Amino acid sequence: MSGKTLYDKLWEDHVVHTEDDGSSLIYIDRHLVHEVTSPQAFEGLRLAGRKPWRQARNLAVADHNVPTTDRDKGIADPVSRLQVETLEKNCAEFGITEFDMSDIRQGIVHVVGPEQGATLPGMTVVCGDSHTSTHGASGALAFGIGTSEVEHVLATQCLVQKKAKNMLIKVDGEVRPGVTAKDIVLAIIGKIGTAGGNGYTIEFAGSAIRALSMEGRMTVCNMAIEAGARAGLIGVDDVTIEYYRGRPLSPKGNDWFMAERMWQQLHSDPDAVFDKVVELNAADVKPQVTWGTSPELVVSVDASVPDPAQETDATKRESMKRALQYMDLKPGLAITDIKLDKVFIGSCTNSRIEDLRAAAVVAKGKKLADNIKLALVVPGSGLIKQQAEAEGLDKIFIEAGFEWRDPGCSMCLAMNADRLEPGERCASTSNRNFEGRQGYGGRTHLVSPAMAAAAAIAGHFVDVSTEANQGATA
Amino acid sequence: MRAFTKIDALVAPLDRANVDTDAIIPKQFLKSIRRAGFGPFLFDEWRYLDHGEPDMDCTNRPINPDFVLNKPEYKGAELLLTRENFGCGSSREHAPWALEDFGFRAIIAPSFADIFYNNCFKNGILPIVLDAGIVDDLFNELTEGYRLTVDLETQKIVTPSGREIAFEVDANRKFRLLNGLDDIALTLQHADQIHAYETERAKRAPWLFG
Ligand code: SF4
Repeated sequence: MSGKTLYDKLWEDHVVHTEDDGSSLIYIDRHLVHEVTSPQAFEGLRLAGRKPWRQARNLAVADHNVPTTDRDKGIADPVSRLQVETLEKNCAEFGITEFDMSDIRQGIVHVVGPEQGATLPGMTVVCGDSHTSTHGASGALAFGIGTSEVEHVLATQCLVQKKAKNMLIKVDGEVRPGVTAKDIVLAIIGKIGTAGGNGYTIEFAGSAIRALSMEGRMTVCNMAIEAGARAGLIGVDDVTIEYYRGRPLSPKGNDWFMAERMWQQLHSDPDAVFDKVVELNAADVKPQVTWGTSPELVVSVDASVPDPAQETDATKRESMKRALQYMDLKPGLAITDIKLDKVFIGSCTNSRIEDLRAAAVVAKGKKLADNIKLALVVPGSGLIKQQAEAEGLDKIFIEAGFEWRDPGCSMCLAMNADRLEPGERCASTSNRNFEGRQGYGGRTHLVSPAMAAAAAIAGHFVDVSTEANQGATA
Repeated sequence: MRAFTKIDALVAPLDRANVDTDAIIPKQFLKSIRRAGFGPFLFDEWRYLDHGEPDMDCTNRPINPDFVLNKPEYKGAELLLTRENFGCGSSREHAPWALEDFGFRAIIAPSFADIFYNNCFKNGILPIVLDAGIVDDLFNELTEGYRLTVDLETQKIVTPSGREIAFEVDANRKFRLLNGLDDIALTLQHADQIHAYETERAKRAPWLFG
């Protein structure tokens, strides 16, 4: 018999019951809750007279609707305010811990989870949010769910699921300087497409993945969903274990030693068989820039906007044309000639301390280009903000002309006041470049934090991995 | 979810075909953060003469005296008798939420829109498909105080004259509805297994249960 994949191990470890039709009742170790997808679920509990199965396994935080300035004044938009207040009320009523807007621990749910040790290796983690895949970076089985499932998890601590297939994406070799986790994952999506991972759980492996910090690994798993997979995974190693040592909710004392021993098993066996394997050479990856309205429409920064006429597949050709029209781009235009209006550094993809440091290195001692109307830096959590300020990163950004904001989802999806105006073009470190995602009519180019910062300084995209820019990024 | 076994219910006639979910609950109410409380806004545009908004107090709104559900003789009706393709249009689950909140337990029609039909079962409402001719008969028979008995166990409707009408329902759905089992309730049938799993897991990973 062949060995097991990490996904097989995590799955088997959480099966409570299996039905005749192959669906299983899976135990959920950690449920994260935010304000947008939870109100009807709590209401459902209330109507049925149910209580959370295990209060302590839930952790809530408001992130999508929160303002990133003048927090003390509250939330101006009444609809947003009501959603946030509803979360607070529900958490109080059902005895669930919530980090509210004034709490230093508040931030984007997928940043807060690992930071607090609320999501740990070996766990099953769910949240009413597709980017729950982020938490797979620590060897946890993590995926997004819908509102009715949120209610189901609250009430039963379980979910009915069918097992997905196993995919391995192996990235070996060494990346060149200036190439980051974001570039690796964008290159992967460019290669397999946004539907490439449909029906699979993707495990990311190989020396280039091993070489990433936990922050970088989270960036990669965060975008597994953009490759069509509900869950992304990375096996546990010393980097993982060191990351979790001493986190507020990490196991303590003897529990820590037990946990460490258990977590060390959390990797695929050498003889495990995957249903699909994709390989990538890290040395080939250059800084990536999306040019269209889907994350798979991506090229290297030294390339130019592709020509739909070269595309043989008719459906793809049409979608390329539509994307170019929406993005107001012409085939053949050099990516480095694309001029920008706004820059957004933040989101659950790239708002961790390492991301801010990478952007700050580029911005240090420089000024925003004249054509940049607004450049936002939005840390992923209050604690990251605090850390960045302790390192003086805030001053670097402010002196360069960036705005230094309070933590939240912000312009990743523009549910609060931070947004693009129609026609505006943005270099963004977020994960979705869909039409209107960052504001009605807005145009989004997904890039890494260093690329976003460099674009803010130059006013257009620049290759942060070339010699000329090397001084800033090394 | 409330179980459905047998009801003896006052019948309200809604003599229209293709009643869509936007008519059942207009779109402005989807902004709500709630799942309950849609009852006062059921058929909002037909029931009231003004424009409804979420969270409005409906007690003093001008009502449309011609709309059937506003007539005193249908107050307290739990069974809605209507025409074909009921519940067409958007998939909003707010539609059965509103019907249920208003007090309807069952709906009789010659046909239902697919998604709506499914959503009813998730929310404790029994949608009954009857032959168009039989539905016609019921509409014709209906006079003030007209009641029908609906027995899900035997899958029979009994009219005031004693006529028995059989109806079809999928066995699995019938089982869930008879027992008031929603997905959560079904999972809770495995509560002992969940507890056993937790006990066993707590030995291996005590930090998860501290
Ligand atoms: S930062 Fe963006 S992608 Fe992440 S949870 Fe918030 S809205 Fe979703």
